[in-house]
Parts: sequence; structure tokens; C-alpha cells
Amino acid sequence: MSSTTTDERLKTESFLARFLKRPELGALAGLILVTVFFFVTADGSMFTLSGFMNFMQPASQLGILAIGAALLMICGEFDLSIGSMVAFAGLFFGVCVVTWNLPLLVSIPATLVFAALVGAINGSIVLRSGLPSFIVTLAFLFILRGLSLVGLKWATGGNTQLRGVREAVEDDWLAPLFSGDAFPDLFNWLASKGLIDTFNSGLPKVPGIPVEILWFILIALIATYVLLRTPVGNWIFAAGGDKNAASNSGVPVGKIKLSLFMLTACCAALVAIITVLDAGSTDARRGFQKEFEAIIAAVIGGCLLTGGYGSAIGAFFGSIIFGMVVIGLTYTNFDQDWFQVFLGGMLLIAVLFNNAIRKRVTGER
Amino acid sequence: MAGDTKFHHGDPRTEVGPIVEMKNIEKHFGNIIALAGVSFDVLPGECHCLLGDNGAGKSTFIKTMSGVHKPTKGDILFEGKTMDFGSPRDAMEAGIATVFQDLAMIPLMSVSRNFFMGREPTKGGGITKRLDVDKMNSVVMEEMRNMGINLRAPDQAVGTLSGGERQTVAIARAVYFGAKVLILDEPTSALGVRQTSNVLATIDKVRKQGVGVVFISHNVRHALAVGDRFTVLNRGKTLGTAKRGEISPEELQDLMAGGQELAQLEGSLGGTV
Ligand SMILES: Nc1ncnc2c1ncn2[C@@H]1O[C@H](COP(=O)(O)OP(=O)(O)OP(=O)(O)O)[C@@H](O)[C@H]1O
Ligand SMILES: [Mg+2]
Repeated sequence: MSSTTTDERLKTESFLARFLKRPELGALAGLILVTVFFFVTADGSMFTLSGFMNFMQPASQLGILAIGAALLMICGEFDLSIGSMVAFAGLFFGVCVVTWNLPLLVSIPATLVFAALVGAINGSIVLRSGLPSFIVTLAFLFILRGLSLVGLKWATGGNTQLRGVREAVEDDWLAPLFSGDAFPDLFNWLASKGLIDTFNSGLPKVPGIPVEILWFILIALIATYVLLRTPVGNWIFAAGGDKNAASNSGVPVGKIKLSLFMLTACCAALVAIITVLDAGSTDARRGFQKEFEAIIAAVIGGCLLTGGYGSAIGAFFGSIIFGMVVIGLTYTNFDQDWFQVFLGGMLLIAVLFNNAIRKRVTGER
Repeated sequence: MAGDTKFHHGDPRTEVGPIVEMKNIEKHFGNIIALAGVSFDVLPGECHCLLGDNGAGKSTFIKTMSGVHKPTKGDILFEGKTMDFGSPRDAMEAGIATVFQDLAMIPLMSVSRNFFMGREPTKGGGITKRLDVDKMNSVVMEEMRNMGINLRAPDQAVGTLSGGERQTVAIARAVYFGAKVLILDEPTSALGVRQTSNVLATIDKVRKQGVGVVFISHNVRHALAVGDRFTVLNRGKTLGTAKRGEISPEELQDLMAGGQELAQLEGSLGGTV
């Protein structure tokens, strides 16, 4: 094929050199670094199966948000309201399940649609006004958090926590898809064969894979596929790279951006559904500051703050780094409050690194 | 316009209506009047040059033709029917492709992704519908070679291309997609001698295939080399349209300066001024 004809002006590029141009490179390198760090400093139990699930669970909850945030960042926008959106969607979901006694088959789609609507409001204001999404969604960060508080008090008659979710969904057939652990039979079988650690009773120490981990992996795979292998992915990069050029070339920039605002809000709603089912209750602090963590994970994953560049799989690695550091520190002798220092440091390194990568890719001088 | 009708007389293509006809187009940006009633048409198989000084309104005019701007007033007829392009995508789907003056390229994206931006070829159906990356790459290499540029690799980022290479990608893209009308806004401004003659030859080639070409240039020789008709814009208005052979290079040169010496040119403009 003509595409494979080589040019004498092109130095043969090793697999490594090609790989060095990928946006997720930094995140992968960071992940290896963090793994090595904890391998050396942390208690050995961190790298057992149960230790792994332990840090993958928070990583996944963050990662679902981070992948949405990454797609939105690639198309050139931010959503600072996703943390508050988790609380707001959690409230809506709690009210559906507890107050209105709706089955999950109705409550879950309703929560997702509700979140998508809020995302659409966010997006339309940004697109219609032409204001930076940073400032518009910052307003929604407060609006949604406030509404969650007010709504919770209204729903509970004065409380900021809505309980009774677990009881309400106990026998719902859809619950296993969104809560608890998947593949319990497999893990029981593995335990019976002595392939994984067991308690004295013979039950496995890890009863299954927490569902959020599966959601996280699934969403990361779909997002990566869409970004790299579909026209829509091309439009997302184009819309973030230069919205005028993209629009002049026939890319429906407005539609793409609006859909991604809705998608990001839906990611927040999914996290809300999973964590509310997990906790059996919802409260107004749910998702607090998650917007920053998600954006940081996306940046560690190679997304440029200016849009047009980044990767979903990078955000996937970025979130795992996050989970590892948060949980990993508890396995070490370090003060856990080093976490924030670590986080800031990672962010700074990532931004510097991304900037250098971008210059490499664009040949900027 | 009177001049236009006169011009059409005796033309062997009289029966063939214009592909695009723009009638009394006005475009205002707030209180700025960029176009104050411009009429223009493109016939299939002709190259219609749009000339004029900097700021005359050429780019603004072709942007209304390619769906970027909505005209404040005036009508756009596409193949005889009134058209209301809501977006560049609509115009593209009708078969109008444009090389914009700023090229509409995304530096961070690869050449092949830029080339097919908005019109990506896919393979597979339903949920497996995906980019046809092999086709994208081979088409890009092939089309660029036809324009006289050997790309190093189709996955090279556009930001790493030279100015002329970038312009060539934009031209090759428009030629590839311009089924009925090809609009070129100063496409040769950054090109080398060989690439320029390639572009002019390409204009000639697509014109022979029946595509209508709108060509904006500040270079008299380029305009004369391919132009069938020449329309001059000045301060948002048409000064008139001249036909090939009715106008000498010197007169055209004056026209391109914005019709500064218009008095002497009245004859060749067919009395439209
Ligand atoms: N978006 C806009 N907002 C305000 N004014 C504009 C806008 N676009 C164009 N103009 C004005 O309209 C006039 C015509 O601009 P245009 O770009 O069409 O000129 P041009 O003939 O293409 O010039 P050049 O040869 O330099 O490319 C200019 O005075 C410009 O300032
Ligand atoms: Mg111009």
C-alpha cells in the first residue's frame, strides 16, 4: 500500500520513538514509578489481590469521572460541576428509590436522563454565551451543591442524609449490575481450588470484582475506541484543536461539545448510582472536590488544558495512580497527609511533561 | 446584473445555468458593512476569479457561499433553487468545497485526520462502524503526490508541515471533496513554483471535469493563467465582471489594485460601473 512507502527524509522510527509521542505515555511512566515506589515502601499486602481491589475501587469511582472529564477536555471544555453533580444525581436517585419507591429499572435511566439534562443546560449556556466553560461550570459547582443540600432537607424533612436505599433495592434484579461484587461464583471456585487467598472458613478473601472496576474498564475501552477509531473521535479532537477550523471543515462542533457535557454529567450520575447503592444512603457531601481530582487525573493522563490532545486510556492510568497513592500511603509508614503534596507534585510534573510532548508532536519551535 | 447577461450572450453554455448564483449579497458584522450587495455566479466548468484589494470583502463573500456566514440580505441559488446553508457541513454536502484563507487545519492532528475531518470514510456497519484508517492514509499520500508533494508519513502532525505543505493539504482536500464547486481563497500564497503550477493545472483539470471554480488571488499571472471571468470587489461592492480576452494584463493589474484606475477600464468592464 502506498502509505507504507518510506521517505528518505524520515529516520526510521523505532516502536519506542513512536510510543514516546503517545499522550498516555506520561501516565504510564507515572504508574510504573508509583508502583515501584509502593513496592519498595509499602507493606507487601498492598500487592495482594485484596490490596489490589482496595485501591482499584476508589480509582474506578474517580476514573469513571475522569474519563468523561478527559473527553470533554479533549474537545476543549471543562466541567467543574461534576463533583456537585455526583451529589445532585445521588439525591435524585435516592428520592426515586426511597421516596417514590421506583424500581431500579426506572430509577437508573431516570437519573441518567436527569443528569444529561443538567449537563445539557451547562453546555448550552457555555455554547450560546461563548463564555469559558470554566466560569459557567464553576457557577454550577455551587448551584448544584446548594440544590443538593436544600433538596435533601426537603426530601428527609431536615436531614442532609437520605437513608434506606439498601432496603429499598434489596430484591431488585438490576442491583447486582450496579453494586457489590461481580463473578462471586468464579471467586468461590478459585478459592476452592486454592488459587486465591481464603479465610479460615474457606471463603475467598476477595468475594468478587467490585462492579465499579468493571464499569471503569468498560468505559475506558469504549472511550478509547471511540476516540481513536471512529469519526466522532476525530470530531472530538478537531473541536478541541480549533473550533473554527473544525466547524469550517464540516464538523458539528456544537453538537459534539453539547453531547460531551451530557456524557460527563452521566458519568457523574453513574458514580452517584454506584456509590449510593454501595453506601445505602446519599448525602450532600458526596463527590466533594471530585471535579478537581478528575481533571488532575485527566491531565496526568496526557490531556492538554487547551484541548485538542489527550487520551482516555491516559485518564485511566491517571486514576489508578490516584487510587494507588490515596490507599497506598495507608500501607506505608508515611503520614497520609503527604497525599496532597504528592498530588500537587504529580500535577505539576504532568503539565510540564505534556507541554514538552505537545511541542514534540507539533514540531513547535 | 446587466453586465452578466450581456456576457452570457453568445456563450456556448447559455443553456447551462450557473451552479451557484449569489444575488445582492449583503453581510454586516454589527455596524461594519463587509458586503454591500454583491452578485456573482459560477458556471459549471469555468474558473471565475474574484479579485480585489485587501479588505475588499472577498473572504467574507466566499464564506457566505460556503455556509460559514449567513448573508444579512440576499439570495443564494444552488442549481437554480434557493438554498439556505445552515452550516459549512450543509454546503459541503451539496458539493461545495473550500480552501479557506486560514486553511482550517488543526496543527495537533495528523495529516490524514485533517484531510478527512468532518467526512471520515468508514468501514463495517452498525456498532462495528469505524474509521477506515488504511484508506485514509493511502488516499492522502496519493492525493498529495498528485499535487507534487511527497509527504513523509500520513500520520505526521499538520503542525510539523511547512506552510506550503500545509496549504497543499488544504487544496488537495478541497479538490478531493469538491464535487460541484471548488472555492480557493488565495491558495497559492505560500507555494513554490512547481506546486503553484500544479495547483493551476489542477484547477484546469477539475474545470474540464465540469466543476465550477472560484479562485481568489492577488497574483495577476495566476489569475490570467486559469481565469475565464474576472470579478472585482472593492469596499464590499462589485466593480464589474470582465471576460477572458476582453481584458489585458495591465488592466487586470489595475483592477486588482481595487479599481483605482477604473475610469480607463470602463470599456472592458462592459459598462457595468
Ligand atoms: N467577523 C468579522 N467581524 C467584523 N468585521 C469583519 C469580520 N470579517 C471580516 N470583517 C471585515 O470585512 C472586511 C472584508 O474582509 P475580508 O476578509 O472579506 O477581506 P478580503 O477581501 O478577503 O481581504 P484579503 O485580501 O486581505 O484577504 C474587512 O474590513 C474586515 O475587517
Ligand atoms: Mg481574504
